[in-house]
Amino acid sequence: MASHAIEIKSLYKIFGPRGADYIDQVKAGLSKTDLNAQYGHVLGLQDINISMPAGGVMVVMGLSGSGKSTLIRHINRLIEPTSGEVLYDGVDVCRMNERDLRDFRRHKTAMVFQKFALLPHRTVVENTVYGLEIQGVPAAESEKRARYWIERVGLSGFEHHYPNQLSGGMQQRVGLARALTNDAEILLMDEAYSALDPLIRVDMQTVLLDLQKELKKTVVFITHDLDEALRLGDKIAILRDGRVVQQGTGQEIVLNPADDYITAFVKEVNRGRVINVETIMKPLSGNPEGMPIESGTVLEAAARAMTAAGQSNAHVVDAAGRPAGALALDTIIAAMVTPTSHDEAQRAA
Amino acid sequence: MALCDYLPALLCKFPALSDTTIRAGRKTIDDGFRGFVRSYSSIIDAAVQPLQVFLNYLERLFVTSPWPIILIVMLVIVYLGSRSLRVTIGTALAMYFIGLFGLWNDAMVTLAMTTVCTIFAILLGIPIGILMARFDRVQAVVNPVLDVMQTMPSFVYLIPVVMIFGIGKVPGMIAVVIYAVPPMIRLTNLGIRLVDKEVLEAADAFGSSGWQKLKNVQIPLALPTIMAGINQTIMMSLAMVVVASMVGVGGLGKNVLGAINNQFFTVGFLNGFALVAIAIIFDRTSQAFGKRLQKHSEVIHG
Repeated sequence: MASHAIEIKSLYKIFGPRGADYIDQVKAGLSKTDLNAQYGHVLGLQDINISMPAGGVMVVMGLSGSGKSTLIRHINRLIEPTSGEVLYDGVDVCRMNERDLRDFRRHKTAMVFQKFALLPHRTVVENTVYGLEIQGVPAAESEKRARYWIERVGLSGFEHHYPNQLSGGMQQRVGLARALTNDAEILLMDEAYSALDPLIRVDMQTVLLDLQKELKKTVVFITHDLDEALRLGDKIAILRDGRVVQQGTGQEIVLNPADDYITAFVKEVNRGRVINVETIMKPLSGNPEGMPIESGTVLEAAARAMTAAGQSNAHVVDAAGRPAGALALDTIIAAMVTPTSHDEAQRAA
Repeated sequence: MALCDYLPALLCKFPALSDTTIRAGRKTIDDGFRGFVRSYSSIIDAAVQPLQVFLNYLERLFVTSPWPIILIVMLVIVYLGSRSLRVTIGTALAMYFIGLFGLWNDAMVTLAMTTVCTIFAILLGIPIGILMARFDRVQAVVNPVLDVMQTMPSFVYLIPVVMIFGIGKVPGMIAVVIYAVPPMIRLTNLGIRLVDKEVLEAADAFGSSGWQKLKNVQIPLALPTIMAGINQTIMMSLAMVVVASMVGVGGLGKNVLGAINNQFFTVGFLNGFALVAIAIIFDRTSQAFGKRLQKHSEVIHG
């Protein structure tokens, strides 16, 4: 099943009874504060342009009130945009009629919610078949598929429990199983792990990454946690006050924060687990020295391997085993240490 | 010395319409209504006839069936509903004492009437409640109507009902249903409106149609509140049988009415307690049934 990219083009959302009336002024530069002060309307999203990679994990990160949950709800149009396009496979979701939209939601998307949003009066199996039941898939067939995914998310044996009898982590596994059973190309995860304990959260991230390796769905993941964003995201967009402040891969953002706001975020990140060796390697001068390290290895792992081997020099090899660059232990350590300010970060990059 | 001595008369005596005007207006309305009823009485009677026949049939069925059969059927229903031996035994005892004091037949008449009225009120109330929850405009119209239904003294709306339908079971039933249906409507509306927005959003996100949302999410999640509405409706229709006896509904209420008129202290209380016993049987059974439907919400993960 080939998944497609999701293209979001100049998307605006103004909350309030007459949002559409102010769209031109907002496009001409009316600020969020002025819009609220003068007209009592709230600017939810402004000029969002994101291309979400097909078959990859797109993370949208931001603090509360940044508009990230509003943004994800535009992809399956739980919220109507004020202006702009959301394109999937060449079709603008925002222009679909009611019937097409319902079909799109039934067959193309599945969603996981922060507060799980399970049906309390239904057992785990009955919750998991929900999407298929809505589609009208025969009961025997949908139950078979539901049981498969319940097993995959590690809930075997709990099929006939009610959500109330499960812990938060287990309830979210049901939420994930419900979404996966739908067999949709797009998986929307709205702060899916934010309500979970840190350990269970890491656990659930692993579940998602393992499944994604084989499923290759287009995943849109909302979070307020940068570590989570860096761990999961093939691409990350950072939202602030309804505007995209920066987008790119995790490494690009960590190495090259666009402003002080993002620098402040990035400061606490364990850079050794985000930056890859090929990002900081120097061109080879002469023959490759020291031990070989595969490209794609993160700095922390490279440093560990070199320290264990007692070597201060190494060279990076590509997937085919050809030497690609030189690496020294002190460069690795310098790259792992957080620069203190935004200016310094830019100089370092 | 009163203040009014110094004030113009207009400020002291409320400028009411003159008695002649009021009398003329009242006469026009009353005569008009009476004329309307008179000219359509045959159509109204024909329309009400099937209901009358049904109510008579049901009452006869309850009264003429041998008492052991009625008792056994009742106990089976109570047990299936409540799954509680205590409630079932309590029911048996209550019915035994009702029979012992010679009130069996009257109790059966009351039971038949209450059952029909409750079923009617539920069938009428739930769809109206759903519509109210769905459309704010319906709510805006229905709410004041319910306020009137609940606060208007029942004797007042008995006047036009009796004028239209005469004396008998049908007007009695209409009076009881008017009195008993508001909580059903209100609680259905409230229950649906209180359904968790997040669960509704999830239902939307999976592409549910309006009907699928109602059937899979709204009704099941509103069920505890709807059950409370059913319970209230039962209680209120039982409370109303005494008033209904004034327009010719028989049973325990009629005995109470007779006791009031003649100051029969013992008869009044005996019949009153019989009504209470029936109310408690209905209440415990429906509550236990409702609780059983909500079994899933009791086991909380610790």
